[in-house]
Amino acid sequence: MIGLAHYLLLAGVLFAIAVAGIFINRRNVILLLMCIELMLLAVNFNFVAFSRFLGILDGQVFVFFILTVAAAEAAIGLAILVVLFRQRRSINVEDLDAMKG
Amino acid sequence: MDFAAVCLMIVLAPLAAALVAGLGGRYVGRAGAHTVCIAGVAISFAGSAWILARMLGGAAVFNENVYTWGVSDGLAMNIGFLVDRLSALMMTVVSFVSLAVHVYTIGYMRDDPGYARFFAYISLFTFAMLMLVMSNNFLQLFFGWEGVGLVSYLLIGFWYKRPTAIFANYKAFIVNRIGDFAFIVAIAIIAAYMSSLDYTEVFQRIPRAIGHDLFLTPGEPSKVITVICVGLFIGAMGKSAQVPLHVWLPDSMEGPTPISALIHAATMVTAGIFMVARLSPLFEMSPDALHFIVVIGATTALFMGLLGLVNNDIKRVVAYSTLSQLGYMTAALGAGAYGAGIFHLMTHAFFKALLFLAAGSVIIAMHHEQDMRRMGGLRKYLPVTYWTCLVGALALIGFPGLSGFFSKDIIIEALHHSRTEGAGYAYWCALIGVFVTALYSFRLVFMTFHGRERMDEHTREHLHESPWVVTAPLIALAIPSIAIGWLTVGPVVFGDFFAGALAQAPDGPIVVLGEEFHGPAAFMLHAFGSPAVYLALAGVVAAWYLYLKRPELPDRIAARFSRTYRLLVNKYYFDWFNENVVAAGVRNFGTSLWKRGDETVIDGWLVNGSARAVAALSAAVRHVQSGYLYHYAFAMIIGLSLLLGWLLLRS
Repeated sequence: MIGLAHYLLLAGVLFAIAVAGIFINRRNVILLLMCIELMLLAVNFNFVAFSRFLGILDGQVFVFFILTVAAAEAAIGLAILVVLFRQRRSINVEDLDAMKG
Repeated sequence: MDFAAVCLMIVLAPLAAALVAGLGGRYVGRAGAHTVCIAGVAISFAGSAWILARMLGGAAVFNENVYTWGVSDGLAMNIGFLVDRLSALMMTVVSFVSLAVHVYTIGYMRDDPGYARFFAYISLFTFAMLMLVMSNNFLQLFFGWEGVGLVSYLLIGFWYKRPTAIFANYKAFIVNRIGDFAFIVAIAIIAAYMSSLDYTEVFQRIPRAIGHDLFLTPGEPSKVITVICVGLFIGAMGKSAQVPLHVWLPDSMEGPTPISALIHAATMVTAGIFMVARLSPLFEMSPDALHFIVVIGATTALFMGLLGLVNNDIKRVVAYSTLSQLGYMTAALGAGAYGAGIFHLMTHAFFKALLFLAAGSVIIAMHHEQDMRRMGGLRKYLPVTYWTCLVGALALIGFPGLSGFFSKDIIIEALHHSRTEGAGYAYWCALIGVFVTALYSFRLVFMTFHGRERMDEHTREHLHESPWVVTAPLIALAIPSIAIGWLTVGPVVFGDFFAGALAQAPDGPIVVLGEEFHGPAAFMLHAFGSPAVYLALAGVVAAWYLYLKRPELPDRIAARFSRTYRLLVNKYYFDWFNENVVAAGVRNFGTSLWKRGDETVIDGWLVNGSARAVAALSAAVRHVQSGYLYHYAFAMIIGLSLLLGWLLLRS
């Protein structure tokens, strides 16, 4: 029987993969965006799982909001990425250190 | 007319004149400036003379506050006037000499660009001096005291483009600060113990200070009254140029000659003498302070006179003579003969102002040459100056019958009869001082007016007597120099002129002398039996022999006693000591404070140190800020996990 614990574990694993993706990836900003999407999905899993477990629909409503925001965020992120590439001729993460103190 | 109005008019007239000439000098012009100032001082003189006449006519002592400046913790600070015979006499002397000097200045400063400024200063001086003299409380005394000090500073540095004048005015100001510091400390002690600044109240409350001790140094008690009196007297030592605070007075001759006459001979330098006499009820209570005063005074009288023997600058010789005469006055005060001190102050004011103005007249004629070695034989070119200067010199050395004779002889006799500790030493100093005084005075007269003419051809052609504005004050001062001693010695010193104004011990020297006094003529006859007159005569003869008969002799004596001569030429190394020990010590102290305290501790450690600490910290911290997005994200996640972990563990 697949219970709540399994869903939460899956969400945790997805989130950990996303975090690892952010740190290990040194090359591509697109990968960063994808990892962020993955984190949001992990959170969505939690919402759905808890919603089902507790019998409250609010969590599933939140998931729709999050999906919408994630879509918007991905669109803006890609747009920024395009501008960035035009400016710097690179989307390599190693090159993007303008915030260095 | 009532007294308060007259008093106010006396002090405010010169102040108003000073303001008009000083602030509006550009508008009123040169003639306007001197007219206004002379009018102001003439009003003061007229008022003073009126008051003196009233006082002689037996008017009651006037003591009234006209304005309350402030009250703090019950201590009233008033502006008020105490007019008794002592202050009336001083007011008259001050305003008379000031008036003479104002007139003289018209001639002396004729070509000076700072003409209006000069008149403003001397009128301001007259105001401050009158405030000092007429004061009825210690605070106003201190105001006048500082006021005359300020004007003295301004006037010594009057020719402010001369480096020597600037040096001299700093010196005068700084040396006076030392005295004034002790002075105001003494006033503060008075305020602390007597809870009043008013003379009359303080005198009534003297018993409060007697029997108390102050611990200036741990374990060594000093009597409060002695601390007060010595502190006040140290103030007087600064103003009246007593050893070792005398060093500023000879240098003050850098100022214009009218100032030397008015401030540095006749009036301001006598402020200390006047103050001690005014506060004589205090000083009478402290034999220790009187002992100190008599020793300082006698030392000044003799040793400063000796310096007059080796100087060649005509004004400096007169300046050293002033120091020496101030020493006589101080010694008289220390002996408890306050009346004699004030009497000498009065006669000295006339003949010393006369000598200075005569010296100034010579300087005008010589085109501002002051070295006596380049003078000589001026008698036939400057007859009026010669005769008045001779009168001044004779009065100074105590020629029988002239004013200085009476005042100086009384001081010497008073020292002889005084019971103050140290009066014996003072007596001998004063006697030798008479010989020295005669020697340097007639050295001046002979070198300047007699003998070979040593000036160059150009100067000789232009020699002529000074204008009337210069000679008139000379004559005006010569008359009292001759007559005032004879006329006033009886009533002023031995009569009851100062009854109530000056303290007088029942067995004081004046009382003892008074019993033997039978009019000025008898006093003169009596003087021929005492050594002073013969010493003065010996001094004149010695001067004649050394500087007229055999003028090559002084140089040989100087060569023979070269060590003594060097000691005198270097003024006993007081200046050397002050510059190389006192000033250098203070400078080193200041430099070490600056280098160590300011630069190292404050700038180095506190200001730059804290900045450096911040810089070092941020240099370490900046490595954290790599600029890579994933580092920041990592930090956020780690932080979030720690926070969540903490929340979980806590619950």
